[in-house]
Amino acid sequence: MNKYTPVIGLEIHVELSTNSKMFCGCKNDPFGADKPNSHVCPVCLGMPGALPVPNKKAIESTVLLGLALGCSINRHSKFDRKHYRYPDLPKGYQITQYELPFCYGSELHTSEGPVRLRRIHLEEDTAKLLHAKNKGEESRIDFNRGGVPLMELVTEPDILSSAQAKEFGKKLRTIILYLGISDADLERGNMRLEASVSLRKEGETALPSYKVELKNINSFSFMEKAIQFEIKRQTALLEEGIQPAQETRGWHEQTGETVLQRSKENADDYRYFPDPDIPPIELSEELLNELKAAIPELPSAKVERWKKDYAIEERYGTMLSDDRAEADKWDALFSALKKETVPVADVVKDVANKKTAFTNQTPVAEIHAHYHAKKTADAPSPEKIAEAVATVITENAKAVADFRAGNEKAVMFLLGMVFKRLQTKLGADAIRAELLKQLKKI
Amino acid sequence: MLLDNTITELGTLLRSKKISSRELVEEAYDSIEKHNGALSAFITVREKKDALCDADASDASSSRGPLAGIPFCLKDAYVTKDLKTTAGSKVLDTFVPPYSATVVQKLLASGAILIGKNNMDAWGHGATNENSDYGPVKNLWDTTRVAGGSSGGSAAAVSARMAAFSIGEDTGGSIRNPASMCNIAGLKVTYGRVSRYGAIAYASSLDTVGPMAKSVSDIAEILEVIAGVDPKDATSSRREVPHYSTLLEKPLSGMRVGIPKEFFAEGLTPEVRDIFVKATRMLESLGAQTLEVSLPSLPFGVSIYYLIAMSETSSNLNRYDGVRFGNNPSFFGEEGMRRIIIGTYALKAGYHDDLYGRALKGRTMLIREFDALWETCDVLLGPTIPTLPNKLGDLSENTMSAYLADAFTAPVSLVGSPSLAIPAGFSKSGLPVGMQIIGRKFDEATILAVGHAYQKATDWHKKKPALLS
Repeated sequence: MNKYTPVIGLEIHVELSTNSKMFCGCKNDPFGADKPNSHVCPVCLGMPGALPVPNKKAIESTVLLGLALGCSINRHSKFDRKHYRYPDLPKGYQITQYELPFCYGSELHTSEGPVRLRRIHLEEDTAKLLHAKNKGEESRIDFNRGGVPLMELVTEPDILSSAQAKEFGKKLRTIILYLGISDADLERGNMRLEASVSLRKEGETALPSYKVELKNINSFSFMEKAIQFEIKRQTALLEEGIQPAQETRGWHEQTGETVLQRSKENADDYRYFPDPDIPPIELSEELLNELKAAIPELPSAKVERWKKDYAIEERYGTMLSDDRAEADKWDALFSALKKETVPVADVVKDVANKKTAFTNQTPVAEIHAHYHAKKTADAPSPEKIAEAVATVITENAKAVADFRAGNEKAVMFLLGMVFKRLQTKLGADAIRAELLKQLKKI
Repeated sequence: MLLDNTITELGTLLRSKKISSRELVEEAYDSIEKHNGALSAFITVREKKDALCDADASDASSSRGPLAGIPFCLKDAYVTKDLKTTAGSKVLDTFVPPYSATVVQKLLASGAILIGKNNMDAWGHGATNENSDYGPVKNLWDTTRVAGGSSGGSAAAVSARMAAFSIGEDTGGSIRNPASMCNIAGLKVTYGRVSRYGAIAYASSLDTVGPMAKSVSDIAEILEVIAGVDPKDATSSRREVPHYSTLLEKPLSGMRVGIPKEFFAEGLTPEVRDIFVKATRMLESLGAQTLEVSLPSLPFGVSIYYLIAMSETSSNLNRYDGVRFGNNPSFFGEEGMRRIIIGTYALKAGYHDDLYGRALKGRTMLIREFDALWETCDVLLGPTIPTLPNKLGDLSENTMSAYLADAFTAPVSLVGSPSLAIPAGFSKSGLPVGMQIIGRKFDEATILAVGHAYQKATDWHKKKPALLS
């Protein structure tokens, strides 16, 4: 049997949480609408004569994500029309960005290696189709979602496993939530995952001559499962000498399988051209500087800082930095605990391993009391202390002589030596007392 | 007739209560009654009682903008709330818009009285109005001839005193061409000068909204009301709107008038050429200094224009799927289908670079050539159309000849400059001939001043067709 390496790329769509839609003043709140087609106007319904006016906030959110991810920014950009006909697309074309996406380049690190980002661009969402369940019923269209700002991030096919795809998606989602540009709710579909999967023989470097796009994925674990299934399916085909077809497949949770949705043997021709209704977009240096200044400390930087300042292990830091508001609370707690000389890393370890019920809301005094008690309990026994002090006194005759000559600093040195020998500072008061007692006896 | 007067004169009469808006509206409806059957200038005429009701309200009101109480009509390309809007196509035969175009809102707010919606080539596709799904518009000067297009209904209505003015729409000549064929004035504004919001799109990078009226001073009055930035049109300009009507009286002495020699090409009817040359002599006698200039790419203008316009229209018309409003796409007429198919090809992968892409390069070339001329010229002058109005049906078998009617107007649209078409004389057979005065972008004031000076010295624009007397 041959060994195959998966070649996986992701396309991630994210609805931005702006007040209004991408190209009109309608409220951007498809989930809050009390009835279908209540947040609509001539523009998002594609009425004759209506014109799009781009949403500044949506552009800024997209550029903000690009800057946070270290992407290059196209200072001169534009919107293009992508043509296809479907009832959920009222103008018969989608306004999107073709040649000049707002952001391009950079990479995002995962535990299995870096994943290069190809581009991030901005477009408009389609309306929602409600298909007839029974024969004779009509299908219906709800335009509340139509025209909502939709950001699309595309990676290079650098992902090697389903687990890495999941890690990438989660990491990206955390950053999006940190920036506050979207709710990124997968279940509601305001974050949508698409994976393209193909296989090549181990050691080969050229991209496979086909790819299978996976859609209808509304959670990270479904994505993981769908990719795993697809790797198995494609491996079986390749082993039989059959090249998998270029197609789009949907994930079916009930059966745990991917199912053919659409064959893509022929490339679509979307007849892209610059939207003449929207002048080119110029992003000023000032705006980019403003946006850069607005980027909060991102989770990766936070974890790094916690490691440096509090010796918190990376895996625990990652766990507690998932949510920005919660992370900020932990941050405040850590700083307060450190002032009280509570061992922060130990607290985090216990919290992460569910060995304590402490939260980031627990009063500092309570935590302090707990770890102070713990400190006494874990302190070395009086016998051990006496033994260590005696050894240190014997081994450091010069320092002892200094002490006897009235040099108070010598005590600090000797105390440090005892701590080192005991490999702890717990019970420091008792240790200091024993040291002074033995020194006076000399 | 009261409607022979200029808008300025009518305003004075209305303000001094010598006439009422009701009388003007009555007169407009009388003209429609008398001539619309022969001309087909309208697709929809508003209920007379509704218009009279508006007129009475205007007469009773003390607020008096320059257009208050003045009857007007709109090319049927402008959406009007609760009033059927078709763009001349049966695809929209059942379409009653839920909103009004910005230009409509501005005119209604200024107190002007809407009379109806003018016939037009479907979607603006045409230069003779024979592509209207509601029948061709006929020329009041000779009803066996076309009124021009695509704003033919607007031109016919104004020339027949069915309103004081109409708002036309010019993409490649659609205001200037019928204005010249019907002996009225028509202004293609600078792209971005007037909001396109609510103008049913033909080709979005070329479409402009402009006035059609009997005199240049009328045009200035209307432009002042409709021009300006619109938050609903991202391509509308923030430039301040000058008081055009106060800038009309400008001596022509020293005015540098460039005449591109490429206008005198094969295809220019000798009679049209002679009338045009006479008009330039008149401007010279008023102090203007004429000079021959060159626009080497002008002969490519029509090809460049049609590639871009058809590409854009194939995209713009994609929304007419019959799902949310209107009829299904089988209602598209022959010319609409032709332009959709050609435009679709021009944008297709494999053809895109050679067709649409090359047209964009040609457009840039033209823009550079025009820009260079503004170093030595204040305005440019040319004939509006190369021929006299054709007989109905003459060009129906010859699409290419029909497209060539845009040869002198379309290049100006491609560069975005304003261009004012005004009457310049008559053929021996008594058909109107017009000329166009082209200006720097956003310099409508200068071309209006030149046109106004010419109209003060001539009376072509005051001639009325025999049918009206």
